Amino acid sequence: MTTAAGKSLIGTRKPHLADSSFRVSLYVAGAVVVVVLASILLIMFMGGRQAFETFGLGFVWSTEWNPVTSVYGALPAITGTLITAFTAILIAWPIGFGIAFFLTEICPLSLRAPLGIAIELLAAIPSIVYGMWGFFVLAPFMADNVQPWLTELFAWLPPVGDSFFWFSAPPLGVGLMTASLVLAVMILPFIAATSRDVMLSTPQLLKDGAYAMGATRWETLTGVVIPAVRGSLFGAVFLGLGRALGETMAIVFVIGNATRMPDSLFAPSASIASVVANNFPEAEPGSIQLAVLLGLGFILFVVSFGVLALARLLLRQERMA
Amino acid sequence: MKTLAPHTKARHFRRQAIDMFMSGLCIAAAGIGLIMLALILWMLFSKGAAGLSLDVFTKPMSSTGTGGGLANAIVGSLIQVGIGSMIGAPLGMMVGVYLSEVGKNSRFASIVRFVNDILLSAPSVLIGLFVYQVAVAPFGSFSGIAGALALALLAMPVVARTTEDILRLVPQAYRDGAIALGSRENEVVRKVILPAAFGGILTGILLAVARIAGETAPLIFTSLGNTNWSTDLTKPMASLPIAIYRYAGSPSADLIQLAWTGALLITVGVLMLNVVSRISLAAMRRG
Amino acid sequence: MSRMETIAPPRPQVSASARVESGSVKVRARAVSVFYGEKQALFDVSLDMPEKSVSALIGPSGCGKSTFLRSINRMNDTIPGCRVTGEIAIDGDNINDKSVDPVLLRAQVGMVFQKPNPFPKSIFDNVAYGVRLHGLAESKRDLDQIVETSLIKAGLWDEVKDRLSASGMSLSGGQQQRLVIARAIAINPEIILMDEPCSALDPIATAKIEELIDELKTNFCIIIVTHSMAQAARVSQQTAFFHLGKLIEFGPTEQVFTNPRDTRTQDYITGRFG
Repeated sequence: MTTAAGKSLIGTRKPHLADSSFRVSLYVAGAVVVVVLASILLIMFMGGRQAFETFGLGFVWSTEWNPVTSVYGALPAITGTLITAFTAILIAWPIGFGIAFFLTEICPLSLRAPLGIAIELLAAIPSIVYGMWGFFVLAPFMADNVQPWLTELFAWLPPVGDSFFWFSAPPLGVGLMTASLVLAVMILPFIAATSRDVMLSTPQLLKDGAYAMGATRWETLTGVVIPAVRGSLFGAVFLGLGRALGETMAIVFVIGNATRMPDSLFAPSASIASVVANNFPEAEPGSIQLAVLLGLGFILFVVSFGVLALARLLLRQERMA
Repeated sequence: MKTLAPHTKARHFRRQAIDMFMSGLCIAAAGIGLIMLALILWMLFSKGAAGLSLDVFTKPMSSTGTGGGLANAIVGSLIQVGIGSMIGAPLGMMVGVYLSEVGKNSRFASIVRFVNDILLSAPSVLIGLFVYQVAVAPFGSFSGIAGALALALLAMPVVARTTEDILRLVPQAYRDGAIALGSRENEVVRKVILPAAFGGILTGILLAVARIAGETAPLIFTSLGNTNWSTDLTKPMASLPIAIYRYAGSPSADLIQLAWTGALLITVGVLMLNVVSRISLAAMRRG
Repeated sequence: MSRMETIAPPRPQVSASARVESGSVKVRARAVSVFYGEKQALFDVSLDMPEKSVSALIGPSGCGKSTFLRSINRMNDTIPGCRVTGEIAIDGDNINDKSVDPVLLRAQVGMVFQKPNPFPKSIFDNVAYGVRLHGLAESKRDLDQIVETSLIKAGLWDEVKDRLSASGMSLSGGQQQRLVIARAIAINPEIILMDEPCSALDPIATAKIEELIDELKTNFCIIIVTHSMAQAARVSQQTAFFHLGKLIEFGPTEQVFTNPRDTRTQDYITGRFG
């Protein structure tokens, strides 16, 4: 075979330099992503090894955190992280879900796009702004109005064991509950926007089928839409949970920064992220303090990785279907 | 039409009542959520705007606790976000091109896509700690470049994700057409695909810039903050988020006011970037 | 569908059943117009469709036939910005009256869509969906009975009776469409609307559905939108031809296909446009 210029095409099939270097550079970029994640994990683990070696498993299970005697147990920070993140989800999920249903089925058409965009924009506001709001507005409000009232209202609740008294605590304003509320407000637009996207992804034909059978809006949502996208809806919530677990700036002002086991939902406490941010200035390179912080970072990374991986798998599963 | 059996009528009434009640709850949820968020924004604007003056933009931060502005923090933020974007955006673009044009559904591409999605929402405080360990501790000094590096790592997954999404919108016919004309793979991407998706990729970069501009936690561990003028990349460098963080916790009313003003500046900047990118994205979807 | 099919002569019909003035009018439309925002999609459509027979709505894409169909069970209400004027009466009752609840109306008017849309539930639960919704079964046994009868009527029972708990999505396209028909007839409607029910099916599955339609017409008023003129000729007793949002011609199928009054109808059925 010859081309018009009389040059044979046979034997010209060899790797073209521009093409192969193009491919290689793209593969390298893809590899960078994986390498970054792996190095974060490795660096955290290596850096925190001293903490794991010094305190053993007690590092994860011990409730004692005492910088004076250099005894560090991560359980208070882990507890604070889990309580704030889950309480925040418990508050933000139903409201965010309600907003999503409102935006997809109830809201007048002319308002859907602007309200939807407003929600998405709110999700983009830097978390430190939510932190400032929590510190300057929510915390005083909690101390003066909410906390005394709730303490009285739930005075009858028996304590859990002999150390956890639910809502009884001095009205400081800062603590687990305030931190949870700030987190809830911060992830609310995020959960609402993701849930709305998921609900919108339900085929119109499926919804039409339910409406044509004489289902109401709510029955269409619960009977057809939710079963069709259940996994993705959970994915959206887990994505929100992932955010709440690792959030630093929104709660560092309002959680109270007391690294001890909380004795009530209003107790000043700490989360892994807040402990890391607060104790970092005193942690010298090479010190046990820094190793402890990196060890905490490793724990946070493992937990968030699990939650985020689950979220992505749930979200992806439906995207394929 | 058929007349209905009485029990069906009662049932129908109950169903309608449930529908109305649940819809009412959802409307209430939307109302509460939106009012709450509107109040936060309103407070930010009223408190922040009260402190707006020329001094904010011309004077550096004060080390004495009174007076001063945010000029060095603004410049520091611009430098770090700028460098962070210049590193993170091309890298993210390449990842996006890899996922959409080369890797597609291969095993390695699936892993890269999954890991990228994880990085997209990984706690930023950990990215800060990580960069501290690799780019601050070994050199013995907090530095602007370390801050930029942390921001680059946060920008990369955002750009990668949007680039892949946008490239998938480019019609397959463009690729087929270019290949049929005898273009090489790299020419197809460089001369056909990327130009066709240019606007969308730019939008993704804007969104990434908006995302990293407000990041505070990673900078605590990397560029640390600086009350003095410094544009030396190897030294600690000021930034708006860090200035807000330090000032909001201070006892001085002047500094708290500056924190609000700084928060307003950042929020307005981030929201504007979002609005611009959304408008251009919407225009592209129509076009 | 090839143009050749359009030449196939319609089956001979007992013309009495096609007489629309015979007093057995099930659905009566008067001056029905539909607007999507500012755009008018349907103009002053008036026609009477008799009970216990099949009425076909034909015409080129975008002619308004589906829009008209969707106004008979007020599905257009679910489209934001859509407005319907004029009167549509079922057994003499205007369904657009304020006192009529669309949810109850749709319980009496079944609908089958272009593509099969089984819910993400088991075969049994798909058929039981409307029955449970409207509380039509008095006991579990009653429900089982309704599900079985509906599946038998839809000609699907023998194929699925051993796997009623399998997902409705696991069936083939033609089976899914019959499942959806079973779901619609389970709530015992009087009217069944079909919006191009065979457009996503292969010829064998299409033949089965057409056979089913023929059986169902002994009990139901069936209104079917179809792209295939051969199908309209095969299954319907009266045919309405729509063009550009207007009703051009309506009459017994045999007459519309063999002796159309309007030249546009003639052009369409002979394949000159559409």
